[in-house]
Amino acid sequence: MAESAGTVETKYYFFDGSFRLESDALLENMVIAYETYGNLNSEDDNAVLICHALSGDAHAAGYHPGEQKPGWWDDMIGPGKAFDTEKYFVICSNILGGCKGSTGPASIYKETGEPYGLTFPVITISDMVNAQKLLIDYLGIKKILTVAGGSMGGMQGLQWSISYPEMVQSCIPIATTYKHSAQQIAFDEVGRQAIMSDPRWENGDYYGKEHPFGGLSVARMIGHITYMSDTSMEQKFGRALKKKEYGYDFTQEFEVEGYLRHRGNNFIQRFDANSYLYITKAMDYFDIQKNHSLFRAFQYIKKTKFLVIAFSSDWLYPSYQSREIVKACKMNGIDVTYCEISSDYGHDAFLIEFPEETKLITHFLEKVKNDLVYAKK
Amino acid sequence: MRKNDNNIHLKLDHRIIASIITPESRVLDLGCGEGQLLEYLVKTRGIEGYGIEINESAIYKCVEKGLSVSHEDIDSGLKDYPDHFFDYVIFNQTMQQVHNPKKAIHRALRIGKQIIVGFPNFCHIFARYQLTIRGNVPITHSLPYTWYDTPNMHFLSIKDFQSFCHHEKIRIKKITCLTQKRTVKILPNLFAYNAIFLIEKS
Repeated sequence: MAESAGTVETKYYFFDGSFRLESDALLENMVIAYETYGNLNSEDDNAVLICHALSGDAHAAGYHPGEQKPGWWDDMIGPGKAFDTEKYFVICSNILGGCKGSTGPASIYKETGEPYGLTFPVITISDMVNAQKLLIDYLGIKKILTVAGGSMGGMQGLQWSISYPEMVQSCIPIATTYKHSAQQIAFDEVGRQAIMSDPRWENGDYYGKEHPFGGLSVARMIGHITYMSDTSMEQKFGRALKKKEYGYDFTQEFEVEGYLRHRGNNFIQRFDANSYLYITKAMDYFDIQKNHSLFRAFQYIKKTKFLVIAFSSDWLYPSYQSREIVKACKMNGIDVTYCEISSDYGHDAFLIEFPEETKLITHFLEKVKNDLVYAKK
Repeated sequence: MRKNDNNIHLKLDHRIIASIITPESRVLDLGCGEGQLLEYLVKTRGIEGYGIEINESAIYKCVEKGLSVSHEDIDSGLKDYPDHFFDYVIFNQTMQQVHNPKKAIHRALRIGKQIIVGFPNFCHIFARYQLTIRGNVPITHSLPYTWYDTPNMHFLSIKDFQSFCHHEKIRIKKITCLTQKRTVKILPNLFAYNAIFLIEKS
């Protein structure tokens, strides 16, 4: 196994100005939490931006001091790994609206000295990307070798490619979509309803009191069902019971019940319920076509190369959505590589199928880098 | 897509296709397999190469070679490019494996300025012998498969493809016929294992 990115720490970027959101609302005193791994080279052409999914954070690789658990994509980022930190300068930031160091609904609103709660403006994927852009500018990066991410991270990657086509050399959208479908919105809405129907939610004003843990936990449980596949759940749990016999009551009996509750309980310790509402809403608003066709959305992209990855058993972000992205690339004459990795792990596969992803990403990045060197000559 | 395994003839195929292709042109290889032909064309002709391939493990090999490749079948993958985007669209040993070759050729003629079609000749003398004298479905150097395990769905001769082009008003710019090791000019429909056509819209 390759080495780790080592001991890392989360850093913070403070933006002094007013940040205008897609909704036209203004956000003051924005903070973006981020981590970097590796070094920016003298040619400034090895920056890689990793975008995280719904429940991720800036801690993508390496270890925080004193911690046993590495960052969420540690298998992909580090020396000798797909995003090789000996070659690339890797950046990952917590999204705007998140609860892991970047400004979000749990942050303190300066005017009142209280957490924002529901007074936090509704944000979009495009807002997340524009906030990242400020960070990238602050870090002195002019061009990004690649923007990569799975699920909502892929949406940010696509948005980057369309918002800043001149800056983005390549994009790796994984297990993602160009727009949230009715089914995707529906699952998000059930999660939100679970939170909002928890009496402890109190219209988002629960800070300093007991949080709506029950609702958030149920939202996470629903999420986890959509991240797995029928096959992977059957293989992992089947009908296995925690005890030997049926208890004829409503305690946790099936292994799968225990697993979901365990996941739910873990999640409430590390995630803010209001952030869950805002982030899922941002995903639901996501439609890169913006009243046009997908073909037109991609028409200003010329030099950005794409590596689109989907997974065969992902029913939350089915591969047909990735193929639509590929089609829009092809129709616009954009250099695109597409692979549907066969996997039983459902949507979670992008956090599991490392050897396949590594094979594709390693060589794709080499090609992007070589073409860049060739173009400079 | 499966490709015929015979290396010698594949390499000859590749050399002939490379000799047709203008340097630095844009090329799409349909059913590109592990990308050997595209890689050869990148190295010898400096082409901008793209591939379409259905086999997942072949995709990894292509990406390893630095090629841009799309994981899908030829029938669906052909539709999504702009008109005349490619200088050449290649069906090398894959046209006989698509569901509807007529539709595929016409789609290829829309997205490519010129089309290169390489296919095994079903009417080689050995094939004719096996069919008429021995009474077996032919197995030859260019058609190495048994009837029960073959990627080929359509069987045609050099003559058949010529009349198809004539019927569809497709201009044949060049025909190269080959045995295992060399090109053949005399009675190709009888002596050639493979043919490579360069065609375009009339």
